[in-house]
Amino acid sequence: MQYMKPQTAAEAATLLAQNAGAARVLAGGTDLLVQMKSGMIEPQMIVDIKHMAEVREIAEEDGGLRIGAGVSGQQLGEHAGAVAMWPGVVEAVELIGSTQVQGRCTMVGNMCNGSPAADSVPAMMAAGAVARIAGPNGVRDLAVEEFPLGPGKIALEVGEFVTSVFLPARPKGASDAYLRFIPRTEMDIAVANAGVNIALAADGTIKAARIAIGAVGPKVRLVEEAAAAIIGTKLEPEAEAAMVAAARAAASPISDKRGTVEFRIQVVGVLVRRAAHIAMARAKKAGENT
Amino acid sequence: MKNIHVSTKVNGDEMEFICPPDETLLDALRGRMGLSGAKEGCGTGDCGACTVVMDGRVVASCLVLGAEADGAEITTVEGMSTGDTLHPLQQSFIDNAALQCGICTPGILVAAQNLLERNPDPSETEIRYWLAGNLCRCTGYDKIIKAVQIAAAEMRGA
Amino acid sequence: MNFISKTKADFKVVGTRVPRPDGVDKVTGRAMYGADITVPGMLTGLVLRSPHAHATIDKIDASKALALPGVKAVVTCDDLGVPEDASLRDVQDNCLARGKVLYHGHAVAGIAAIDMATAKKALKLIEVSYTPLPHVTDVDAAMADGAPVVQEGRADESVPAGSHPNVTTMQEFGHGDLDAGFAKADKIISRSFKTAATHQGYIEPHACLASVGTDGKADLWCCTQGQYFVRELCAGIMGMATSQLRVTASEIGGGFGGKTTVFIEPVALALSRKTGRPVKIVMTREDVFRATGPTCSSSIDVKIGMTNEGRITAADAQLRYQGGAFPCETVSMGAQSAFAAYDLDAVRTQGWNVLTNRPKEAAYRAPGAPMAIFAVESVVDELCQELGLDPLKTRLLNAADAGTKSSYGPTFDQIGLKATLQAALEHDHYRAPLGENQGRGISCGFWFNFGGNTCVSLNLNFDGTVGITEGNPDIGGSRAAISMMAAEELGIPYEKVRTIVADTNSLGHNDVTDGSRVTFAVGLATIEAARAAIRVMCERAAKVWGIDPDAVVWEDGCAKPSGPNAGAFDPMSIEEIAASASDTGGPIAGHYEVNAEGAGVSFGVHIADLEVDPETGHTQVLRYTVFQDAGKAVHPDYVEGQMQGGAVQGIGWALNEEYIYGEDGRLENAGFLDYRVPVASDLPSIDTVILEIPNPGHPYGVRGVGETPIVPPLAALANAASRAIGARMTELPMSPPKLLAAIMAKG
Repeated sequence: MQYMKPQTAAEAATLLAQNAGAARVLAGGTDLLVQMKSGMIEPQMIVDIKHMAEVREIAEEDGGLRIGAGVSGQQLGEHAGAVAMWPGVVEAVELIGSTQVQGRCTMVGNMCNGSPAADSVPAMMAAGAVARIAGPNGVRDLAVEEFPLGPGKIALEVGEFVTSVFLPARPKGASDAYLRFIPRTEMDIAVANAGVNIALAADGTIKAARIAIGAVGPKVRLVEEAAAAIIGTKLEPEAEAAMVAAARAAASPISDKRGTVEFRIQVVGVLVRRAAHIAMARAKKAGENT
Repeated sequence: MKNIHVSTKVNGDEMEFICPPDETLLDALRGRMGLSGAKEGCGTGDCGACTVVMDGRVVASCLVLGAEADGAEITTVEGMSTGDTLHPLQQSFIDNAALQCGICTPGILVAAQNLLERNPDPSETEIRYWLAGNLCRCTGYDKIIKAVQIAAAEMRGA
Repeated sequence: MNFISKTKADFKVVGTRVPRPDGVDKVTGRAMYGADITVPGMLTGLVLRSPHAHATIDKIDASKALALPGVKAVVTCDDLGVPEDASLRDVQDNCLARGKVLYHGHAVAGIAAIDMATAKKALKLIEVSYTPLPHVTDVDAAMADGAPVVQEGRADESVPAGSHPNVTTMQEFGHGDLDAGFAKADKIISRSFKTAATHQGYIEPHACLASVGTDGKADLWCCTQGQYFVRELCAGIMGMATSQLRVTASEIGGGFGGKTTVFIEPVALALSRKTGRPVKIVMTREDVFRATGPTCSSSIDVKIGMTNEGRITAADAQLRYQGGAFPCETVSMGAQSAFAAYDLDAVRTQGWNVLTNRPKEAAYRAPGAPMAIFAVESVVDELCQELGLDPLKTRLLNAADAGTKSSYGPTFDQIGLKATLQAALEHDHYRAPLGENQGRGISCGFWFNFGGNTCVSLNLNFDGTVGITEGNPDIGGSRAAISMMAAEELGIPYEKVRTIVADTNSLGHNDVTDGSRVTFAVGLATIEAARAAIRVMCERAAKVWGIDPDAVVWEDGCAKPSGPNAGAFDPMSIEEIAASASDTGGPIAGHYEVNAEGAGVSFGVHIADLEVDPETGHTQVLRYTVFQDAGKAVHPDYVEGQMQGGAVQGIGWALNEEYIYGEDGRLENAGFLDYRVPVASDLPSIDTVILEIPNPGHPYGVRGVGETPIVPPLAALANAASRAIGARMTELPMSPPKLLAAIMAKG
């Protein structure tokens, strides 16, 4: 096995392309090292991308934020701008693992692990985040909702890796929220989760919304029907019920050691409803403050 | 498998070691640098017994490669006391019976020290959540949380 | 035995909160645990484990592994001895399977190599041919007709004819006329309960280092609760004389009963014997979950009759425990403890132990009792609810007391149950208001407490300080407690005593650190050893003074002339006696060896407040108070620590901890991610109230305290949850899917 520290994206892409199938990208390592320890994977090469300057920073761009693939959860949580602009995304990232994991784990790694239960992915999808992918043929952008393909499967070609995720600029009176269900208070994988992003019109009605759910199907997914159910409303009970019903209808979970089908369907609706109210309250406050 | 030469700083001392590329920082600390204060309770980042601080952040050393320590600054439980003086947290853990078997203690102390550097006056809830990744099976956490609170108050007064 | 009949009351050291002697080592990283030792020339050992729940081993081919450079040896069961004793053979067969693998994770072969990387690579090169067999992991399924047979011919004489071969023992306890008792009841409730297997969850995985010389002399370093028992087991399995194996217990990173047997130690010894080099084996966390002792899982029926006033008229329970692939007797302790808290005219418990394709159960803090008492205390709570009775007052009305003939036979001596119930009744927690979706549950708990074989040696150093050698690994602060009791008896400061844990050659046999026996039994042996030393010191003073030794008394760390000689000489301090020991007859010591009896039983009562999210079934423990009779609390901090730690393990058992098996008989959650022990943020403060009802069997009135606190949380939380949601919870753990299903079924 080899451990490589490429200094540029091109160098990294070359290493990954030349060692297709045998090389793994290392950012925070909190999934990769667990998989290596368990014998699930035995990579021949580890490509540590943290030595590229671009992946280590949070940069402002077009009124939004570009989060590097090496930015740890804790580092993101310390960024006042990110917390103010995308509180739901930040809280989702901050729920990945323990304090120890937060010191290392990255939002991009969470996405690239391809888990249907990933904490940050529903929040990113709801936010309309866009992943920037570097590869042998240069750079391309891909909406996060296009990224997961199935359990452990992601939309990366040979030699490609994600360098950053872009969180777009916010209109006035908009905010987001993320909730997950775990049996304990910490240290668990989500049994169901939901990210809700809401933008309000001047009169307080919802003019735009995005809702994503996770751990209730083979991949995290946007539920457009749930968002449609509350657009043009003020989240009145009927709208809320339609949103919850749409979210539950979109769920296609399995029963496993973490929860049953019935439990997950029930709970994902609860989470969507609660997250929508949090996002709504935050959006109102954001509207008042600006 | 080609071994890697790593230069790092552990508890203020310049250290060098050679390790296989897939060896964890925990194994390097314990096996190559003679620092067995960090413990392996799970090897998968779920128990916190291997907690160390790397470049100012609390990490599970079982989820860090030894190779990644190159150029980094690392603090382990062995670096907490100064000469013959214990860190206030260490003293508080003894004074307040915050340990029983002691296997989780090094990791908890290192994590708690980092918390108090960031937040000298954490609430009980903040302490409990900060330490949620450090499993303790003996104490029920009660005396640990109190020992951290007492040490924090002492350190603020000092 | 010659115990003073009246227990001591005026303590100077006992009852204070001195710093623990192992404190500095443990906060600085100096303490040496199982995996912390390395020696020159050491090899790394690994164990190959079964991927099947049940299969015959047709062939093990290690040739490819042995051909790998750096691999030094492979061992299988053929490299161990052939002990005649059946229980020893079971231990051995659990360490390395013989002919058949009996559970997912069962050890099949061991390998030793120059380093971990080589050992890991070699492990994959061992080729094992298996023929899978049908398996069974559930206790009720394993007793049913047609269930796969885990092992043939293991039933003992207690098992009725016609039982399934998986039933290995059947026990019954009780007294009185059940039919007459139930006829007197105004209300009878029968309920069935299930509890999942839980793991001790110590944070330190098992680890050992074995070194066997070509002369047959062997040394073993390991984390264990009982180095002497490890020596007996390993010597038996290896076919060695006990005298040739020295076992040294490392500092122990938690055990809770789970480190009372051997798993990897015989494998390491066999590898070392084969290679002539020291071999170290450290379990992974996955190995710990798959192959070391969880508890029994259980299926229990309870029937209790009660009058409208709350008096229990009859109580009956059937307990079925699965203890994994080898026989065990844990159900016996469950059956004996189930109704121990009650003074009953008619009571019966029947217990069955059953084989399944799971790892062999190991002791876990009050083994067998928590699930039995969970079932009983749940039915008592439901009766109180149905009859509109106060659950604490009802328990007081029925509580066992001194003179009560216990449900398992013996008549109780002085016990503290009524005092703990009364303390709970008077505590403000019991009257605190509850909000919506919140419930309060209470439960009693009980443990027998053990005594057993114990040796202590106490040596007076020439400077007047004292060294104590004892033979039980310190798992809950016992070195501090032992030093305190020695200091108390000798009348010297605690700081002048240092207690160490001996290896197996440095002291006579000591039973395992289990059953909450150490502070009681080692404590009383320490007190007697101190008394023996005091007798010698008085003799030396008498010799110097030229008076009769009987005319010397020991007070405040000094020999003093008494009777007609009182005041004739200045008192002689322990320092003076020690300094002149060489001239008065040589070094001074005291020792004591005993098979201790008189461990007083321990009762506790817990109050738990729980909130249940009605939409998700998520639970939050809001407030928790533990009341327990500790006898004399030698070190109150450590007594509280036992009460808090035990309570939290019980909380985990009640709420989220469980062994989850798939249809394929494989364990699905062999890690701390999905085996959910409570984390710091899950819990409130655990408040404690210590009651000190002296144990007449100990000179200072000490009782064991470690086991009882894990017992009440199961029912306390189930009762709290049942009251919060308005539906009776009968299966543990009460994980959110189960609670939500109960809430939704209620409509």
